[in-house]
Amino acid sequence: MMLKIILNKENIARFIFLAAAYVAVACVILICVFLFTQGVPPIAKIGLGDFLFGEKWKPSQNLYGILPMTLASIYTTVGAIVIGAPIGILTATFLSYFCPQWLYKVLKPMVNLMAGIPSIVYGFFGMAVLVPFVSYTFGGNGKALLTASILLGVMILPTIISVSESAIRSAQKSYYEGAVALGASHEISVFKVILPAAKSGIISSVILGIGRAIGETMAVVMVAGNQAIIPTDITRGARTLTSNIVIEMAEATDLHRAALIGTAVVLFVLVLIINLLFSVIKTRRKHV
Amino acid sequence: MSKSVILRSLVYLATGLTFFSLIGIVLYVLIGGIPYLSPELFSWNYNSENVSLMPSLVNTFLTVILSLVISVPIGILAAVFLIEYADLGVAAKSKIVRCFVSVIRIAADTLAGIPSIVYGLFGMLIFVTFFHWGYSLLAGGLTMAIMTLPVIQRTTEEALISVPMNYREGAFALGAGKLRTVTHVVLPTAIPGILSGVILAIGRVVGETAALIFTAGTVAQIPTSVFDSSRTLSVHMYNLSVEGLHTHEAMATGVVLLIVVVIINWLSELVANKIRPVK
Repeated sequence: MMLKIILNKENIARFIFLAAAYVAVACVILICVFLFTQGVPPIAKIGLGDFLFGEKWKPSQNLYGILPMTLASIYTTVGAIVIGAPIGILTATFLSYFCPQWLYKVLKPMVNLMAGIPSIVYGFFGMAVLVPFVSYTFGGNGKALLTASILLGVMILPTIISVSESAIRSAQKSYYEGAVALGASHEISVFKVILPAAKSGIISSVILGIGRAIGETMAVVMVAGNQAIIPTDITRGARTLTSNIVIEMAEATDLHRAALIGTAVVLFVLVLIINLLFSVIKTRRKHV
Repeated sequence: MSKSVILRSLVYLATGLTFFSLIGIVLYVLIGGIPYLSPELFSWNYNSENVSLMPSLVNTFLTVILSLVISVPIGILAAVFLIEYADLGVAAKSKIVRCFVSVIRIAADTLAGIPSIVYGLFGMLIFVTFFHWGYSLLAGGLTMAIMTLPVIQRTTEEALISVPMNYREGAFALGAGKLRTVTHVVLPTAIPGILSGVILAIGRVVGETAALIFTAGTVAQIPTSVFDSSRTLSVHMYNLSVEGLHTHEAMATGVVLLIVVVIINWLSELVANKIRPVK
């Protein structure tokens, strides 16, 4: 009898733990159900081709093509990676192989602080400092694709730095020692031996950075100009998928509102693909 | 110039750029905002005269509490299941269990990667529209709870993994059951790690804007019930800066936000230093 009661308690606990673990699964299912049931019908109504590849977004004329926004999202993300990835990876290299201990104690918390700064603060800084800077240097009014790329490049730095740093640190130190023993200089050993060894970790840091950049909303809205036209020049304005939702959602109704939810579906699918890439690389790393 | 010198200077240049931009942002906000930190900004009620940030500060606090009350217990329990029952349990080698566990992990990873604007739309569709709660503290809090769940779950998993195996063996040897081992031995040891996850989640909620505009709304008053709209500090700063009328106050709000973030970081540093001896 006594034994049975104890057994029950264990089982109830096990069930509660199991149920809690499935909350995440339930949330993903709920998100999919709500987004897809409300986002897919309008896409079907507009026509998948017209929606995905339509070049004009003019809700007043019932034109809902999101190609300009998709391209803008891809361009700003590529720009952010071009700017952020080399700087981030090199900074991670500095932190793990060039940095004296006392300096590391100062810089590491600074990287964490950088990750913690709210995107709205980045956006404000971009609006007040970067926009005039880009306008002055490259012409135009400064609210441009380039400005958004620079700002996103800075914003993804902490992600790239911390993930790359742990990848570089987990590369076998004996590789480095071997290279130095063979007469290579400190720099050559780090760049030719350690960085290649940490390659997959560095790549996953970049993919995480891509995910951050493509999903960022508020900071981009504040600096990108937000014209819903196909971006042709990096010094001209552009509107990303995320900005499109945030700008128009407040006053949208009917098909317009539904088309914005459709935009979120496209964004969601893009992010799922990026996540999939990330987990493929992660599992491949485990096998090595 | 030798190759080594070029590489070394590249590394220095990149590091310089990184910290130059960070220091630039922090200094810009501090220098621009501190002169405008007037007492009116902290008056209890918001109006268009004083643009007080106090209600938003209180709302931020309320949103953090509400979301963590939900996500922390669920996240911890889920992590306990994944590590103590699934990975270290008796059935760990069975294929079905492995499959279920990987589904849960994939779900948590997916949640972690979803952009905040998508959370915002989802929260709007389900809490604001479907449940008819309107823009409310509750809708915002629940959306934030889902958003912070993967953060809590992952960091707790890490914390549980780092609890030495012989602690568990010791508890079992003394006759404790699985549940007692978890609640009395494993979880207390993992507390610093779990705390650092909680602090990370607080930072996420404090910094969130996009998801909260569509769920908690933008009314700058302290709510009287969970069904009232409540503007958080980040949303407050966004509203002030897009309206363009109160740029100085927006900067001052930025200073307060930065201070909150620095405190959060300092706390997590403090906690992280406590973890190390356990490892």
